[in-house]
Amino acid sequence: MAPAVPRSGDAIFANVERVNAELFTLTYGAIVRQLLTDLEEVEEVNKQLDQMGYNIGIRLIDEFLAKSNVTRCVDFRETAEVIAKVGFKMFLGVTASVSNWDTEGTCCSLILEDNPLVDFVELPDTCQGLYYCNILSGVVRGALEMVSMKTEVTWVRDMLRGDDAFELQVKLLKQVPEEYPYKDDE
Amino acid sequence: MAAIYSLYIINKSGGLIFYKDYGLQGRMDTNDSLRLASLWHSMHAISQQLSPIQGCSGIELLEADTFDLHCFQSLTGTKFFVVSEPGTQNMENLLKHIYELYTDYVLKNPFYEMEMPIRCELFDINLAQAVQKERVSYLGR
Repeated sequence: MAPAVPRSGDAIFANVERVNAELFTLTYGAIVRQLLTDLEEVEEVNKQLDQMGYNIGIRLIDEFLAKSNVTRCVDFRETAEVIAKVGFKMFLGVTASVSNWDTEGTCCSLILEDNPLVDFVELPDTCQGLYYCNILSGVVRGALEMVSMKTEVTWVRDMLRGDDAFELQVKLLKQVPEEYPYKDDE
Repeated sequence: MAAIYSLYIINKSGGLIFYKDYGLQGRMDTNDSLRLASLWHSMHAISQQLSPIQGCSGIELLEADTFDLHCFQSLTGTKFFVVSEPGTQNMENLLKHIYELYTDYVLKNPFYEMEMPIRCELFDINLAQAVQKERVSYLGR
């Protein structure tokens, strides 16, 4: 049987069911506002958003793999490209670009010019220190963990804080292949 | 005649999270099905080590006298395998389709706990439709 060809982000995005983008932005905004009210501390909210993103990411990865037909990535560089070009496109409708690779090829930046989560959003002075889009860092971290990569994902640039783009730094900490049952008798 | 005898879904630690029997012998005892699933999980893992080729992804097809076993493992470690009549065609596509149903009706259900047994009615309904379509499309040939 011929192997399935990986589908492009555009093709998949064109085929998914549509929802009003403003509903999405409003829903996310409501979540952040409610978290701020419930938790009061900006750092706590950042943590919760990351945790929520993680819980989404661990489920989203299978959806991504099933719909996009990507094969196992050869190295972390390919992983980053796939996340930026296919992943982001498929779920957010925007492609990211990959840059700022370190010498070992384990750390890079995903740069988003456009971000549907932050349409119409302005951070007030009381919320300095809030990473409004922190759910995205959790999603990437959760998704990669399910394919055996432990990563650290942090925001380097945030347009809501005055920078010119959204830059997400993804650092590969280690590859953790599955433990097999017969190795456990030590 | 080509028939599907049973379908198993195993989580990444080898635990059985879904088992459906379509055969005439009726449903296997729960303990037996759990044991079988973890046996298969181990065999699948061992086959990857035994393979002379680097980067082997494990057993995809096992052909025996009275049945064929087709196995699909996602990159996240979840295994879907179907025991069918020897010579049944199109099982790989069916497994991929079941994977898609899993990502939709199981993973997107916020009340489903990861790695736990699947108890999602929508998944059962859509799975039954997929298997039925498979039967019908074969008979139509």
